[in-house]
Amino acid sequence: MGEKILMKGNEAVAEAAIRAGCRHYFAYPITPQNELIEYMAKRMPQVGGTCLQAESEVAAINMVLGAAACGVRAMTSSSSPGISLKQEGISYIAACRLPAVIINVQRGGPGLGNIAPMQCDYFQATRGGGHGDYYTPVLAPSSVQEFADMAPEAFDLAEKYLTPVLIFADGLLGQMMEPVTFEDDYGPQSDKSGWSLGCRKGRKNNHIINSLFIDPYVLKEKTEELFKVYDTIVKNEIRYEYYNVDANPKILVVAFGTVARVVKTAIDELKDQGLEVGLVRPITLWPFPYKAVKEAAKKVEKVITVELNMGQMEQDVRLAVGDTCPTQVIGKAGGVVFTPMEVISMLKENLA
Amino acid sequence: MKQRILCAGFGGQGALLIGKLVVTAGMIEGKHVTWLPSYGPEMRGGTANVMAVISDKPVGSPIFTRIDTLVALNQPSLDKFLPQVVEGGMVLFNSDLCDKGASKNGICIVGIPLNKFGEQVGDIKASNMVALGALIELTGCVENKTVQDDLKHMLEKKNPTLLARNLEALEIGRKFVVESAQ
Amino acid sequence: MKILAKRPKGLTDARLTYCPGCLHGVAHRIIGEAMEELDIVEKTIGIAPVGCSVFAYNFFACDMIQVPHGRAPAVATGMRRAQPDCVVFTYQGDGDLAAIGTAETVHAANRNENISIFFINNAIYGMTGGQMAPTTLPNMRATTAPYGRDVADMGYPMRVCEMLATLETPYYIERVSLLSPKDILKAKKAVKKALKYNKEKKGFCLVEMVSTCPTNWGLDPLASIDWAKKNMLPVFPVGVFKDEAKRQEASK
Repeated sequence: MGEKILMKGNEAVAEAAIRAGCRHYFAYPITPQNELIEYMAKRMPQVGGTCLQAESEVAAINMVLGAAACGVRAMTSSSSPGISLKQEGISYIAACRLPAVIINVQRGGPGLGNIAPMQCDYFQATRGGGHGDYYTPVLAPSSVQEFADMAPEAFDLAEKYLTPVLIFADGLLGQMMEPVTFEDDYGPQSDKSGWSLGCRKGRKNNHIINSLFIDPYVLKEKTEELFKVYDTIVKNEIRYEYYNVDANPKILVVAFGTVARVVKTAIDELKDQGLEVGLVRPITLWPFPYKAVKEAAKKVEKVITVELNMGQMEQDVRLAVGDTCPTQVIGKAGGVVFTPMEVISMLKENLA
Repeated sequence: MKQRILCAGFGGQGALLIGKLVVTAGMIEGKHVTWLPSYGPEMRGGTANVMAVISDKPVGSPIFTRIDTLVALNQPSLDKFLPQVVEGGMVLFNSDLCDKGASKNGICIVGIPLNKFGEQVGDIKASNMVALGALIELTGCVENKTVQDDLKHMLEKKNPTLLARNLEALEIGRKFVVESAQ
Repeated sequence: MKILAKRPKGLTDARLTYCPGCLHGVAHRIIGEAMEELDIVEKTIGIAPVGCSVFAYNFFACDMIQVPHGRAPAVATGMRRAQPDCVVFTYQGDGDLAAIGTAETVHAANRNENISIFFINNAIYGMTGGQMAPTTLPNMRATTAPYGRDVADMGYPMRVCEMLATLETPYYIERVSLLSPKDILKAKKAVKKALKYNKEKKGFCLVEMVSTCPTNWGLDPLASIDWAKKNMLPVFPVGVFKDEAKRQEASK
């Protein structure tokens, strides 16, 4: 473990990706993720890697597709409007069963929106995002350290299940500085010689990577295979954090990423006032921790989803809670991040 | 211990750097810190502010609306954030750019001629270092020596002239607070 | 018994799925032969587009990938960065390359990516059933230009080689045709040159091949060749538009 360095989230995740063996990064500038591409532009030449500023987000994701098909750790990053442009490529990468990492440093939407931190791409992120029947694992960090740690994790997941993996941050986590440490060694990459292109070295048969299955029965089979993989991911990879759930709270909050941090501060201050609130923080948004939310909901009077959008994750929370107890959503548009005071007063209204 | 510090000023006055240096010192001293800038159009010469938190415990929200210590480098920043300063909190403002000054019950307010001091050490850009010296003395949230060592670590080889100027500015700020407390 | 003709090592045994009289088979064959002659089948990655040649991944014997419509040059960029010692080629039609993939083509050329683009221009969308292409000739009919391409409304056909040749960096750009045995031999020479340049890591190569589409032009194969000679070649003249090797030699 190295020494603590004060870094922006955008820089920390880039550094962690490089330390995890990523040497191929393709992206297009967009606020608030510019520090990421700029950091890569500076660092990649120092480690003999490639940082290429593509002509568009569409081109960037397809460069990732090409590099990933050749068996290297490839990554791209963008912010909301740019992630929309990448969806075509992400769908192909998912269908071709290629490992790749995509980072969304979310901003306000819809349309050009603004550059403030938001969580309004939740539906897009957790429901595949592009065309076709597929999902991508979605990791949602809540601190700069966690943002950084998720780079090697995302590559490992991507290679384990041969799928694109999305790291789902926001402008605040990208711009904020916190102390961060990096592991000295992030472990080996998986062997990709069984399917990758271009390193034939005496291999007799050529490798073909393809997502076209013109025969409906073949496409059916291929899609069912894909969903068997998703079943395994759902079984093995769900991650979440419980906070103050054991304190017999009357209310349970579900929040992720930036918002979960603010809620934690609110919970601590309410505790000082003798009021108990619990928090489930989903760390994987797909697969979503339905069971964990349901379990925690059994002991409370109400479940409140707090998110920086008009209510998207709350649909998953309602699926999880069912008729166990009433639910409510506190959402906010525009990229105005909740303050602890705001959350405290909203929770107090419910505790009265 | 938890210090929520807000530094604000015109873009280019170095408000963000004050915050960065104070949280870096906090990190070196083993404390939990966050540094959250306003970003975007503010970078283009408008107003800039940063929320810095230094705490013994892990920092939940990096955003706050209750300020323990405000560093206001101009009048608009002072006007905007003064109402958010908590009782028992502190305000440090640039008396060269805040003609109206400030008053609020229950908080300690220090006006300091940052521009004048900056020019005194040879560069008006060093006025944020004066503010930093004053901030550290006023709050005690990090050790003066930690900041000095950090600056030395960064600048000793790269730019010794700048280092000397910054250390001098830091000391002027510190002394100003010590003397005005007497 | 003497073997007079056989499949080149660059092609698989799979039966081509193209229409009778289609020249994709010819283009495939000369690329396959060039790969064999340069002994690069094992170190080549081919990229199949969206269009009639979408199934090209079944026909070439090198490593193959099928990619999104128009994005082949971007995918090739990622590949050649990941596998700098490989030869990477894309095989694209006029819609794929000059409409939806214009940006990717121009920028890959401008970065002088060490890749070859084989661009089949038959002035029509084949796979989707005869819609207008960026290279459709003035007044030529297409299902989406049922009264003929009106240049006042839809612009003139785009000349890709001429356009790319204005860029400083691309290494080699040539237009050939597949309209006679002699032209095919010339085309093969151009294809081989491009792949050789890539093998030598010289940079961006594009070979445009003027071709036909008997099915969607509504002509029999021979008539479509005559039609192409008469109508396509004046708009898309064959020739070398850029060859840095030649230029450097001449300036010595």
